Amino acid sequence: MLAYLLRRLVYTLPIMLGVAVVCFALVHLAPGDPLVSVLPPDASAELQAQLRTLYGFDRSLPEQFFGWVWRALQGDLGTSIATSRPVTGEVLTAVGNTLRLAVVATLIGFFFGCLFGFVAGYFRNSLVDRTASMLSVLGVSVPHYWLGMVLVIVFAAQLNWLPATGAGPGSSGDWAWDWAHLRHMVLPAITMSVIPMGIVARTVRALVAEILAQEFVVGLRAKGLTHFGVFRHVVKNAAPTALAVMGLQLGYLLGGSILIETVFAWPGTGFLLNSAIFQRDLPLLQGTILVLAMFFVLLNLLVDVVQTTIDPRIQRS
Amino acid sequence: MAFGQAVGDQLPTNLANAADIPRTLGQPDQGFEGNRFTGIPMYDALTHWDLSKADAPSVLIPGLALSWAVDAKDKTKWVFKLRPGVKFHDGSAFNADAVVWNVRKVLDKDAVHFDASQVGVTASRMPTLRSARKIDDLTVELTTSEPDSFLPLNLTNLFMASPAHWQKKFDAAAGATPADKAKAAWTAFAADASGSGPFKMARFVARERLELVANKAYWDPKRTPRIDRVVMLPMPEANARTAALLSGQVDWIEAPAPDAMATIKQRGHVIHSNPQPHVWPWQLSFAEGSPWLDKRVRHAANLCVDRDGLSKLLGGMMGSPKGTVPPGHPWWGNPSFDIKFDPAAAKKLMTEAGHSAAKPLKVKVQISASGSGQMQPLPMNEFVQQSLKQCFFDVEFDVIEWNTLFTNWRKGAKDPSANGTNAINVSFAAMDPFFAMVRFTSTKTFPPVSNNWGYFGNAEFDKLIADARTAFDDKARDAALAKLHARIVEEAPFVWIAHDVGPRAMTAKVKGVVQPKSWFIDIAPMTMD
Repeated sequence: MLAYLLRRLVYTLPIMLGVAVVCFALVHLAPGDPLVSVLPPDASAELQAQLRTLYGFDRSLPEQFFGWVWRALQGDLGTSIATSRPVTGEVLTAVGNTLRLAVVATLIGFFFGCLFGFVAGYFRNSLVDRTASMLSVLGVSVPHYWLGMVLVIVFAAQLNWLPATGAGPGSSGDWAWDWAHLRHMVLPAITMSVIPMGIVARTVRALVAEILAQEFVVGLRAKGLTHFGVFRHVVKNAAPTALAVMGLQLGYLLGGSILIETVFAWPGTGFLLNSAIFQRDLPLLQGTILVLAMFFVLLNLLVDVVQTTIDPRIQRS
Repeated sequence: MAFGQAVGDQLPTNLANAADIPRTLGQPDQGFEGNRFTGIPMYDALTHWDLSKADAPSVLIPGLALSWAVDAKDKTKWVFKLRPGVKFHDGSAFNADAVVWNVRKVLDKDAVHFDASQVGVTASRMPTLRSARKIDDLTVELTTSEPDSFLPLNLTNLFMASPAHWQKKFDAAAGATPADKAKAAWTAFAADASGSGPFKMARFVARERLELVANKAYWDPKRTPRIDRVVMLPMPEANARTAALLSGQVDWIEAPAPDAMATIKQRGHVIHSNPQPHVWPWQLSFAEGSPWLDKRVRHAANLCVDRDGLSKLLGGMMGSPKGTVPPGHPWWGNPSFDIKFDPAAAKKLMTEAGHSAAKPLKVKVQISASGSGQMQPLPMNEFVQQSLKQCFFDVEFDVIEWNTLFTNWRKGAKDPSANGTNAINVSFAAMDPFFAMVRFTSTKTFPPVSNNWGYFGNAEFDKLIADARTAFDDKARDAALAKLHARIVEEAPFVWIAHDVGPRAMTAKVKGVVQPKSWFIDIAPMTMD
């Protein structure tokens, strides 16, 4: 197990380097001036040159890249051009806020996804299956930003039951797991959970159907196991794949919530990326993408390890 | 007076499509939206815009300077007499030393407190200012690189931060070098700022909220706030802002969703708007081979835009331009060319220029799909495209990302980035003469120096600009600018399409709102029921 873990860790290193290269290159390949947020287009050419030097954009790209990687390895992701605040602090605060939302959304998505998937798979071609399948297809198909806006219109603007935006009555730093704060999380978490719910439900349904068709299930039934007993075995066999899918979904939610966080003004990584993109704040954009990509890589590693623990066949292979 | 209860005390802003509060250290980013929300409420400048009238142009008034005059012998030197008895929020005194310190923060690279991050947004807005010198505690001399009568207007953008408060932050800052310490001091200052404005910073959470409390000791009794606390929340998405207002979460939103205007009014909220010194034009190319070189064509385009129809498309949230500034403005100048919707006259001009329905004139315009100040660029441009079609224009668009368009604006119509276009659609602020007129009409501002994208300019315009820059009496300067404006309208280097009206929606509880003809609005005189 330890050797497997070490091997996986070593495989991760070139991936991380590749991620850093791609992240840096993508941001620099995009057209536009990196100093656009601090340099109005009417600034003189002299002033432009002066600021380019002061911000280090007059240096060659390899020089900028290695400098950035070296500082990143020491935990310094640079300083935001637009705000002059350290990027590391900004990203970590945002990651904390997104993580909180993403984990809750993942739990909701996983619970309902598994529920719909197992029920639909176990009672295939029944009314229950068709209803659960319809819900999961809806989950995958409905644009989540649209759903978010609809939920806001109904529950905030019309019914006034829940707040429309924000991460609590104060700031996100004052977060507490009480109703005053959780009511701010209800709508974004539900909106965010819909896609993972649909994906998990469809995956689990297919898995359950496949497992139920296997010979060992016939054997279990021949042994006289109850429905619940058979169901328990099916769950155990489907769990590694369901977990892997959920892990990937959590990864997507950590980085892919720009629209939802913007709609709900939730101060997470998506909100931060939105700001960095619109302000063309390269250090902030690079830093945020890097941290999110690293999360994704590490999450994949974690899922692999958990899968291996649950299913020893993976380790042996 | 308390500004609402639990959820009623919040004034969110849209913050120009950015998901952040403008910088709070004295020189805000995010253009004039930044000045509106963290500049003017928290800080003072030597000169201010008069924001107290809704029915007259916003003009220059004394701020921290009581009076100013250019040196009779050397027109590059100005003497400013400062307002006595003004204190910064930290209790330190405002004086000539503070002015010199604030000029040096952006212009003197050798100053310990020089901050590169504030240079771009400040120096470009006062392009000729070079230095400041203390004459006595309440008198300061400012020097410009050339005679420039626009300086007092430009100085509305230089906000005075407290040197004593910054010094405390510097002394407490960690850093290997003075430059590192200065950088850390500015970051600390931004989180705990001290200006001399009508509101003091109470709490700042980056990207989440800025809480301001009233400065009851403010020097101007008319602007001493009657609202105790203002909370600003960044909400970049228009529908989210609108929902926040409708749900009672906030009392004020900037730029509500256009299709929600009726609902907002139905719920008893109030929409405030007034034409701003904002121009939404097509800036035309005068490069060789441009279809706009013929003045008849330029006039025809200006006469063929159905601005009333466009206004309906925008729910009435648009002003119809007669030029860069409106009639009645001190710089209006009564041009002989009347910008209006007259398709018959436009067709006549186009026919004279050799165009017809069978032989339309092809023009290509570079536009963006979104962007700060761009209003709704896609539907608006498509509307103009249809409108011009009846006058024998065949309009094609080159749609690019907003920041790229902004960068291209500087490169000019002859640059490959223009991609074969002969007009560009970048909206701009027309607060002061340089930004409103000079940068688009001087031969000295051809790309890459400034934003004369279309290379419009000649000796006549250079002389008109020079006359205005060297007219140091306010009336004489305005008269010279009026001549310049009149000639600009007559020569039509733009197709003037719209002025933004800066719509903002507030609950009926917010009283005393004056929406001036300005990019700015003064929160200080407002009250809450």
